[in-house]
Parts: sequence; structure tokens; C-alpha cells
Amino acid sequence: MSIKDRMSGNEAVAYAIKQIDPDVMPAFPITPSTEIPQLVSNYIANGQMNTEFIPVESEHSSMSATIGAEAAGARSLTATSSCGLALMWEELLVAASNRMPCVLALVNRTLSGPININCDHSDSMGARDTGWIQIYAENNQEAYDNMLQAFPIAEDEHVHLPVMICQDGFITSHAVQNIILNEDKDVCEFVGEYNPGEFLLNKGNPVAFGPYALSCYSMEAKKAQEKAMEDSKAVIAKVAKDYRERFGRGFTFFEEYRTSDADHIMIIMGSAAGTAKQAVDDLRNQGKKVGVLKLRVFRPFPGQEIANVLQNCKSVAIMDRTESYNGHGGPLSSEVRAALFESKTYPEVVCYTYGLAGRDFTVEDVYEIFEELENVSSNNNISIIQHRYINLRTKEDR
Amino acid sequence: MAGYNLKEIMNKPERLSPGHRMCAGCGATIGVRAVLRALHEGDEAVIGNATGCLEVSSYMYPYTAWEDSYIHNAFENAGATLSGVETAYRALKKRGKISPDTTYKFITFGGDGGTYDIGFQSLSGAMERGHDMVYVCYDNGAYMNTGIQRSSATPQFADTTTTPVGSLSNGKLQPRKDLTAIIAEHNVPYAAQTTFTRDFKDIHVKSEKAIYTEGACFLNILAPCPRGWRYDMADIMKICQLAVDTCYWPLFEVENGTWRLTYEPKKKLPIEDFLKEQGRFKHLFKPGNEDLIVQFQEEVDRRWEDILFRCSR
Repeated sequence: MSIKDRMSGNEAVAYAIKQIDPDVMPAFPITPSTEIPQLVSNYIANGQMNTEFIPVESEHSSMSATIGAEAAGARSLTATSSCGLALMWEELLVAASNRMPCVLALVNRTLSGPININCDHSDSMGARDTGWIQIYAENNQEAYDNMLQAFPIAEDEHVHLPVMICQDGFITSHAVQNIILNEDKDVCEFVGEYNPGEFLLNKGNPVAFGPYALSCYSMEAKKAQEKAMEDSKAVIAKVAKDYRERFGRGFTFFEEYRTSDADHIMIIMGSAAGTAKQAVDDLRNQGKKVGVLKLRVFRPFPGQEIANVLQNCKSVAIMDRTESYNGHGGPLSSEVRAALFESKTYPEVVCYTYGLAGRDFTVEDVYEIFEELENVSSNNNISIIQHRYINLRTKEDR
Repeated sequence: MAGYNLKEIMNKPERLSPGHRMCAGCGATIGVRAVLRALHEGDEAVIGNATGCLEVSSYMYPYTAWEDSYIHNAFENAGATLSGVETAYRALKKRGKISPDTTYKFITFGGDGGTYDIGFQSLSGAMERGHDMVYVCYDNGAYMNTGIQRSSATPQFADTTTTPVGSLSNGKLQPRKDLTAIIAEHNVPYAAQTTFTRDFKDIHVKSEKAIYTEGACFLNILAPCPRGWRYDMADIMKICQLAVDTCYWPLFEVENGTWRLTYEPKKKLPIEDFLKEQGRFKHLFKPGNEDLIVQFQEEVDRRWEDILFRCSR
């Protein structure tokens, strides 16, 4: 049985946390993720869950306490956004390198400055090399479904890595949409009991976390961590399959939307994928062979799998909702182009930057991008502007 | 404390093993061993540790000197990390995953850098939230692990590598922060200041109170560093005794808001007696610097009077 409801993304994630009923949740408020700890605190205050909530004094401390609790043997998670994630940065690395299977509900918001509370992916993309698995959602339903898969992935013995569940600030976190929720008992069964192997409170078997390690051991630790990230691909796929079989929803590494015969494909993450899919439907009605690859898992990066989808198309638009300030485009552009090169797949590729700090991204923008892709692939002489900013104000606009 | 038996206490099994890499004569490990002796036999403990000398020297992979479970996280978050561990204990106990007859105690150690300075916010948060834990600061008055840089615990005029004495400098400009009083003002059930004196009764008794008083407790241990203070390492007990007899480091405790002096010198010694034993204050004894010692003495006197006043209420 499933339950039909209407919820915002924050409500959906908080509801998932209630159903998971983790042992410990430290958190510090920051827009737009604040509702998650608020809602969890309310569930606790009304006896609807057993989690111990720690109202810490900063995000650095929320991740520090999450690590402490997880090391102690408790299933632990936290939530944050933007500068909160940036303040945690050191601790994100500590969590991953100590192989803590904890979870972070991230509501994507731009980083300062200028200070701005709206969505882009600069927070999570800034943390892309901290050793966390990163899973992105298009809408409230996916945020909920992804949240329920987080602990089974993190706690798998072949993984033992932290998992970041990302949704777009305001666009997803605050917009109320229809949602299908699972029954508590089904969630309980799916997520399962946490039985840590080595933990601080294991009486009779004391353990030490967080060593100083010299050069003679450190590199092996890092390689083991990297291996776990590689191995997590199979586990992510298995958990997604189990979830699909049990609840009938979800994708593995990405969603392929009308890509099988597409000449032109847009690669995009998060809520804007919905916009892109609408535009694809409109253009398909006009007979244009276009499609969308919506990336769900950014870490580990499914490079080969993406290249396989792109091998027969003529051109690709790669959409970055963050700036890397490297004169060479955003992280998704770099990763996808590297994957294509490695698999000797060479469609025309145009990289775009969109939606920074909450800038609108519309169906019309997608039409325009597909038109540009068509021109690029039909005319070799056309000069392409790479990393063009979509909807950037011009001098005239001012 | 009635029935204080040093021999009995010293015969308890060590919970910090020998063979770690701390310097000979280091005050930090003396402090750690004294605190851990206060744990009742049969009680389990989780030890937290801020980054610092103690951490890098006691848990160097693949060896640990700690007999109990231990967690080092980072420099500035020992308070928050133990908050998480202690909360996990309550959560798991509530769910019946830890047996009701098992008792865990939570003790975290940090140097003055990790406690007074970079870890101050995390410590303050943990104390205010009232986690059932003890935060122990081994205060050696500088960032010794990185090579003797000043901290807010460094005494005025000390020669450190970031407040070097030079033709235009007499060492650190500011007197030290009074962290024990600041933590006491968090209204924690127990905060105390101690060091190594006589038969260690002061530190042993305070450690036991701190560990076995429910709630967030704080213990500040003056833990001399022979390298940073520049004295003969065999003289540590003498240095500590001079610190308390000059009233540079008063021994007191604050229990549920009540301040109590735990040691009052019969004769308060002049601060020179403490300063002249240490190379870091050598410049104060050069002709022409007499006024600096007067200044130092005035600050010590002012703070001592303040403590006497608080303890008299």
C-alpha cells in the first residue's frame, strides 16, 4: 500500500527521516533547509519518532557531532544548505575518510557572495571531491525516494561511505507537489536495522577513530576509500533496483528521457530537468529528435554509462548550475567531456551555465539551446560560444 | 576528601599505556593519567581528543596508547564530537541496544589551542547543551604542537614564536584569558582548575567529581611544557607548586554556582619566583624591565582578589 499526499521537498525529506527514525540528528538552521530540522523536532516533540536531536551551535559542529554519533554506533544524519555545507567542509572529509556511513540532507543553495538564498549547485559541487556519494533529485518524490535509499547504500559493507541527498532549494524544497509515500513498515523493512561492526560503544571491544598516520600508511587509506567509491556503483544500482521492485519508482544513475533515437541530448541535474523534459515533449511534437539525460548520481560519476547513452547522438548540451571559476566551464562539463574522450565518443558538445543564484531557467531557454545544438551539428563552420550564461542580463537590460 | 589513599589510587591499572610518543616530562600525559585514575573500575569510557601534541603522539597508526575507546576528529570540535558520542549513548540505551547495567563516561582532552581558541565555540556549545561529559583542558599556555605560538592562554610577556622578544617587543602583550571562569559562567554543574601538587589529591579529587557529576563538567589543568616554558624537565612539580603559591594559577572549583578555593598558600610568594624558573620570561629580569614584573604582579593580585571575593560569597 502507498499513501497519496501533497508535500514540499523539505516535508518529504523530513517525513522520510521520521520513517527511518535514525538514532541521532544534530542540525543547525540555514535557509532553505531549516524546515527539515524544524519538522523533525516537531515529530520528536510529539512522540512520533525516537531520534535524539542535538541543536548544535554551528554546521561545523553538526557534522562533527554526526561523526561522533556515527562512530559511537548510532545511525546518524544532518541537514544543511550553502554556507552551512561550506563550514562543514573539513568535516565532510573527516566523515568520508573515517568511513562513516552517515547521511546529509542537502538543500542546494548558492554560496556567498553576494549573499543570496536561492538555488544553484555551487554548495554540493564544491564538495564533490570530499569523498561523499552524491545523489540529486528532480522533485519532492525523488528527494523522498533517494532519502530512503541513503542508509542502505552508505551502510553496505562494500561502501561504508557517507551519502549526500541533494534537492534544489525553494524550487523543490518549498514547492508543494503531489507525492506517493510508502507505509512505515515497508520503509522499516527496506532500510533495515543498523548493526555497525566496529564502534566506540562496543563494550569489551574498544576501538580508536581518527589516527595520525604517516606517509607509510596514509596513501593506502586513501586508495581504500577510492575503491569503496568505485564499488559503491554496484551497491547504488542494487539498492535502486530493490527500491524499484518494492515501490515501483526510481532510476539508477540517471533517467534517460526520450534519448534512444535522439540526435540532440541535454544533460542536466536537479529540478531543471523537469523544465527540459517539458521542452523535449514540445519539440518532439514538432518532429525534432531531442532528449534529456537527467543525472541522478554525480558521485561516483557514471562516466562510461553516460558515454554509452551519448554514443549515437550528434550533439550534446551540458548544463552546469555552478561556476568553477577556471575559465574552462563547470564540473559537469569537465566530467562529461572527460568521459566522452575516454570512451572515444565525439559528438558536438556545447557547455552552458544556467540558473546561478536562482536565476530562472525556462522551457523557452531549452528550445533555444536545442536550436543551437541543431545549428552546431549541421554546420561545421559555425563558431560556438562555450560556457555561455543563459539569461544573463545585457547592458540593454539594465 | 576523607579516605584519600594515594597508594591505592596509584595501584589502579593505567588507562593510557606507555610507549606513546609524548616528550619526556610532558605535563599533558601526567594530567591524562591523573584524570583517568578517577574512573571507577568496571566503568567504560570513551575518550575524545582535539588535534594537538597528545593526539598525534598517542594514536599514531597503527598503534594506540588508549585502553578505552577513543575518537579524534579535528582541532576545533572536540566538544561537538563528544556531544555526538554522548547523545549516541543515550539514544542506544533508550532503544535497549546498550544494556542498562553498562556505564560509559565521556572525557575529552584538548590543549589550550583547541580549547581556549579554535575550539572555544564547540566547547561552549557542548557545555551550554549540558551533555553528560567532562571536557579536560591541558593548558600549557601556547600552541606547543606547531612550535610554541601564543594562544589566549599564554601569560603576558611570554616569549613565544609569534610573540617573540625583540628590540621592540617584550613578548605577548595581553594577559591570559580566564577560561575556567568563563565556563563556570555557563552555569555548568562543575568547573574546576587544578594542577600537579603534592600527593595529587587536588587533581584526583576534582577529576572524580568532574567525571561523576551528571552534566557538562570542565576541568582546566595547568600542564607545563618543558620545551615551551624552557625549564629543566625534572622541575615540573616545583614549577606547578610555584604557580599555585604565587597565585598565578589558583586552585578552585565551582560547584552549582558556588565558588570554593581548594588551596590557599600560607604565604603568597612574589610572581618573580614563578617567572625566574622559566626561559620564556628571561627578558623580564633584564635591567630596565622591572616595571613589567610589577605589571605582571598587579594583574595576578587583581585576579587573586577577584577569586577570593567570588569564593567568599
